[in-house]
Amino acid sequence: MSEVLEARGVSKVLGSGAGEVHALKDINLALRGGELTMLMGPSGSGKTTLLSILGCMLKPTAGSVVIGGESTDGADAEKLAKLRRDHIGFIFQQYHLFPTLRAVENVQIALDVRGEQGKGARARAYDALSRVGLAHKIDSFPREMSGGEQQRVAIARALVSNPSAILADEPTAALDTANGQAIMRTLAQIATDMGRCVLVVTHDTRLISFANRIVFIEDGRLVREERGEGSGPKLLPAAGSGH
Amino acid sequence: MPLSLTLASRNLFHDRLRFVATTIGIVFSVVLVMVQMGLYSGFGRMVTTMIDHADADLWVMRKGTKCFEDPSLLAVSKRNDILAVQGVARAVPLIIGFSDWRLSSGEMTPVFVVGSDLNEHVLDPWDITGGSAKALSQPHAVAVDLSYTERLGLNGLNTKADIRGQQVQVVALTDGIRSFTTTPYVFTEITRARAYIGVPAAVTSYFLVKLNQGADLEKVRHDIESTIPDVEVLTTAEFRDRSRSFWLFGTGAGAALFAGALLGVIVGTVIVAQTLYSSTKDHLDEFATLRAMGSSNRYLYNVIMYQALLNAVIGFIFAALIGYAVVWFTSSGALPVVITPGLMVGVFLLTVVMCVLSALTAIVRVVRIDPVMVFTR
Repeated sequence: MSEVLEARGVSKVLGSGAGEVHALKDINLALRGGELTMLMGPSGSGKTTLLSILGCMLKPTAGSVVIGGESTDGADAEKLAKLRRDHIGFIFQQYHLFPTLRAVENVQIALDVRGEQGKGARARAYDALSRVGLAHKIDSFPREMSGGEQQRVAIARALVSNPSAILADEPTAALDTANGQAIMRTLAQIATDMGRCVLVVTHDTRLISFANRIVFIEDGRLVREERGEGSGPKLLPAAGSGH
Repeated sequence: MPLSLTLASRNLFHDRLRFVATTIGIVFSVVLVMVQMGLYSGFGRMVTTMIDHADADLWVMRKGTKCFEDPSLLAVSKRNDILAVQGVARAVPLIIGFSDWRLSSGEMTPVFVVGSDLNEHVLDPWDITGGSAKALSQPHAVAVDLSYTERLGLNGLNTKADIRGQQVQVVALTDGIRSFTTTPYVFTEITRARAYIGVPAAVTSYFLVKLNQGADLEKVRHDIESTIPDVEVLTTAEFRDRSRSFWLFGTGAGAALFAGALLGVIVGTVIVAQTLYSSTKDHLDEFATLRAMGSSNRYLYNVIMYQALLNAVIGFIFAALIGYAVVWFTSSGALPVVITPGLMVGVFLLTVVMCVLSALTAIVRVVRIDPVMVFTR
């Protein structure tokens, strides 16, 4: 499968002087369409920093990121925003839905920032919500939905613009086990059925069974990589016991 | 409706207390500006009311005359020199001046006498509600305004009083000819006016000139000024501007009104800036999320600008209603607030500019947003 998102020799130094921290050290990682890759590691290992750089939110100190054939080298904030707009959908741990917008509007806004408006955009938002099983909740405000439903709205929002890569930061951390599994199942389907490149950052070893590929990071370095079945817990009874 | 506008409006109305506080601030500010400018407009209109109602192409006056109420005098004999200038159809003397009105009770009150040749109709009283202007040709006849009923001790038509020891009788009553000096106008025939004011029969304040059809106004003006020493000739528009400028800026009254309006703009700008900034700070997560989703800075500006414009429109609507109420309440007062459609449009544009400028501080805050914060909050 083709590489959608690639980190080439990426290093990141945070802070300066005595407080300088080498958050990432010479990271090389290629993410492909049709795969759910899980990025795992202990707290402070550099997972979120790597996600931020792969998501074109943060510039690397050295190295480069290539997304959809475009490099982030020399890109300013607006250019990075455009790369995010064109190629990436984000899912956050705390959902980050807009509390004053209805579910369908929360999804539609991802199209609105891309200049897509009107009935067509609303229909696409409705379709995306239907895909995650929330067609009956289109007019609900976030406060009227459970955590799992809110995260599914966030997934619909990430999906609606057909990005080539979906980056998820601890998407199940705020959910109970059942809802967490359901979210992971949806993300795995997005990777396999829709051919998207999905990267999930998580601490939760119970979710490993959903991954096609597991990448381990420690002290800012990629230390190990494993292949997974990507089929969910029923095929991997030992899920959560290690790697 | 763009979704950015939906987001802006929902965020704006979501925190109702802040929205109400902002709206009150804008309304206060805009009403202040509107009333100050309305007073300016009303004052400007009042100081030129006589000029506006006079029938003249040119005003001949003593050089250096500052305003309509200026007591400078000219010799009546100059009329012949003016009439001799080619293009002049008529030159009608008009006398003005202060005097004292004695009520039947013996009480005295100052009045401003306006006297003209009644046959020429260059400055007859207008908006007559009782009696008639024709009756001014009768002996002792004067016209006064109803709004000074109490001050002049009026008891309807035919009320008698005296001016400088000479009996006068009210034969016409007008409605709304008020003086910004609060001194009542008294219209009468020019000869009697001179006697009431106490000036000789050989003088006048102005000559109101009408031109023959097709006459070159500039040439006539030049010819009069070059023929007659110590006079200047102004068009009605020029004399209006000079009078207005004298009373509004020569006295500082206009500057005070403008200062009040400026204060209103400053207060409004600060209030809107403060509330927009705090609203933006409260919604930083949402702006960071938009930025993370790849929105351009322009999209974020739009959300803030929509909020500013909604504030402006809503605040202005309430302010305009209050403004019209003020106009209604002051319409029969000593100094009416006049809000013309032009002034209304101007104040609306000013409100929009004020709110848009206020949005700049919020925009500066949003520009500094780091989208990475969505991972840590």
